[in-house]
Amino acid sequence: MEFNYSEEQLALQDTLQRFISRDYDFDKRRGFSASPLGHSAEAWSQYAELGLLALPFPEELGGLNGNAVDIMVVMEQFGQGLLLEPFLSTVVTCGGLLRDAASEALKQKLVPQIAAGKLKLSLAAYEAPGRYDLSYVACTARESGGNWRLSGRKAVVLDGASADYFLVSARSSGKTADRDGISLFLVPRDAKGLTSAAYPTQSGARAADLLLENVAVGAEALIGEPGRALPIIERAVDRAIAALCAEAVGIINALNQATLNYLKTRKQFGVAIGTFQALKHKMADMLIAAEQARSMAIIAAVHADSEDAAERHRAVSAAKAYLGQAGRLVGQHAVQMHGGMGVVDELIVSHYFKRLTMIDLSLGDADYHLASFSETLRPTAQ
Amino acid sequence: MDLKYNPEEQKFRAEVRAFFDAELPTDIRTKLQLGRRISKDDMVRWQKILFRKGWGAPNWPKSFGGTGWDIVQQHIFEEERADASAPGQNPFSLKMLAPVMQTFGNAAQQEYFLPRILSGEDWWCQGYSEPGSGSDLASLRTSAVRQGDHYIVNGQKTWNTMGQYADWIFCLVRTSSEGRQQQGISFLLIDMKSPGITVRPIIMLDGEHEINDIFFDNVKVPVQNLIGEENKGWTYAKFLLTHERSGNAGIGICKRALKKLKEIAAEQMSNGRPLIEDSRFRDRIAQVEMELMALEITNLRVLSATAKEQRALGPEVSVLKIKGSEIIQQLAELKMHALGHDALPYVREALDMDWVGDPLLGTHYRSYAPPISGQYFNQRKTTIYAGSTEIQKNIISQMILGL
Repeated sequence: MEFNYSEEQLALQDTLQRFISRDYDFDKRRGFSASPLGHSAEAWSQYAELGLLALPFPEELGGLNGNAVDIMVVMEQFGQGLLLEPFLSTVVTCGGLLRDAASEALKQKLVPQIAAGKLKLSLAAYEAPGRYDLSYVACTARESGGNWRLSGRKAVVLDGASADYFLVSARSSGKTADRDGISLFLVPRDAKGLTSAAYPTQSGARAADLLLENVAVGAEALIGEPGRALPIIERAVDRAIAALCAEAVGIINALNQATLNYLKTRKQFGVAIGTFQALKHKMADMLIAAEQARSMAIIAAVHADSEDAAERHRAVSAAKAYLGQAGRLVGQHAVQMHGGMGVVDELIVSHYFKRLTMIDLSLGDADYHLASFSETLRPTAQ
Repeated sequence: MDLKYNPEEQKFRAEVRAFFDAELPTDIRTKLQLGRRISKDDMVRWQKILFRKGWGAPNWPKSFGGTGWDIVQQHIFEEERADASAPGQNPFSLKMLAPVMQTFGNAAQQEYFLPRILSGEDWWCQGYSEPGSGSDLASLRTSAVRQGDHYIVNGQKTWNTMGQYADWIFCLVRTSSEGRQQQGISFLLIDMKSPGITVRPIIMLDGEHEINDIFFDNVKVPVQNLIGEENKGWTYAKFLLTHERSGNAGIGICKRALKKLKEIAAEQMSNGRPLIEDSRFRDRIAQVEMELMALEITNLRVLSATAKEQRALGPEVSVLKIKGSEIIQQLAELKMHALGHDALPYVREALDMDWVGDPLLGTHYRSYAPPISGQYFNQRKTTIYAGSTEIQKNIISQMILGL
């Protein structure tokens, strides 16, 4: 067993830490978030130069052949720096999905552009009445002579405001919540019949809603086999969840550090408030939560690339549920112990808290994944 | 024992409800129902309507122009108020300053200020916390130096809720640095139009302007604006805090939020079914409802015991404050979770009444959705303000338990 990052991974971590302190401090981040794009185009180019955007792709496509633990290194720093760029959507979720399931031709076309920072993608898989269920697909796909027509709606597409392409799930057969009958399509943003509404998110990035009205795409836009896309989508989302868990770990560590500093420096009643037992114990709980959270994020990362869907999903759901709970505890304690300073916009503390909260609410919250994990305990599920 | 309202109280409830139905302006009601921003004008307009009815001060005795209602009547009024989606009245004027002024102020102060509060003419804010004095309030440093018929005030107050609207501020100031810290504090009323006062907005984590820093630079305050005696302000301050905390239970608001949460959970869908059908989520609602059922009775027990024994509120209000703040936070959190991915959008303009949303987003993003995540973030303040939960637990352990 090996529980630590490799030397190469530590070097990557170091590079990102230096990048954040040099080019992405809290004030700069505030500016990026407030800009029309909602993130930094320059940072995106730098990620391309650093090779981050090529990380999960095979060498023959110009990639670095990285695994989910490499992604964990990056995402932890995305948490630490509250980075806003759509790395998760473009590289981890959609990039990983294309790597696993797209045709060679499509990979040849898209992957080098992703790696070069010239192309962004978002997964459009959730619909409002389905809440967190990927199998709830009312959006339809109708085939005619090898071409497809897509109609329906997709809600809260993460990073959807800046995506050049969407990976859209649509139903080609069966009933709305069936697991079978879901197909996946690559749809360009400027496709005729596609309308989008973009908006900021509570954690400072951008998302979008999509309306597809008889959007025409060719046979080459189909990813995987018709009607059999759900396992591909679930695999991509599981990988995204593992990455979100790593991001949460980065934030938890940052919040613990900030809170510890505050406990040591803020004085009331003539002493540092960290001398009060009630606060010491809360801080100790936060440290325990951080250690446990890291272990869970490691479990998720190690299983994220697994071909065994049941084993992978079980590990990832457990981690997402656990990180949701740990993030809630750490976020709420950090705010509480900062007192009034915890609820102001001026300090980064509230921004970490908000991001942790939004991570919990993305791709299934703690209760959703607790239910999912809990289902695997039924004797019939074995 | 009897937990039923008697016929008189039921009649009173019907009267209150009929009044809200008839008199609460629709535009204000809609804003409250949808969680949109409400203005000072809205609150003042509502105060004036209540004043005309004779209900300008539900918690004051009749001798000062209040309603003279007992604890149960006040509770009914507050419950109906929240249920009708009527705004709260300015707590700083009515529930914090007024009891202090009625108990420790002189006749001239009572005659001048109280009617102006009642009629909605004056808006008050609170000048307690300072950057270095939060939980340790008695360490405050804003100074007031006597010079002839005036005090000269210098310093900084912070977390002044709605201070941007205020005509007046009541302040704790240091008039002596001798003896214990608590012995050199005085309670001063300061006109916000006085030269030398600067108000600086503080933006909260939900992006809203609710609180402020207030700076005092050689502000002249007439000595007749001193409440009670010089250097006795700490006694009045603690009296005020007890009143503040007793109002923090917020049973009416919690009941309203619980009702809203159930409506949201019935409307939001989870894999094609209403979320309320999900037993894991429903259990969470049930858990909070049980806490609230208990707190409603605990609240009435505590308040009626003090009324019956004709004594001042004591440290037991800390129990109400801790539980009330936790429940309102839990309700806000559950409302946010009920939205699922719809908790993610941050549409700042959507908090204005005239916002017309993108029709695309509007197909699932309900009219109640825009403020909900911000409310969860914002409500984290409730376990921090008016004495943090940690401070309340210290009060319980020391003053009730003698530990």
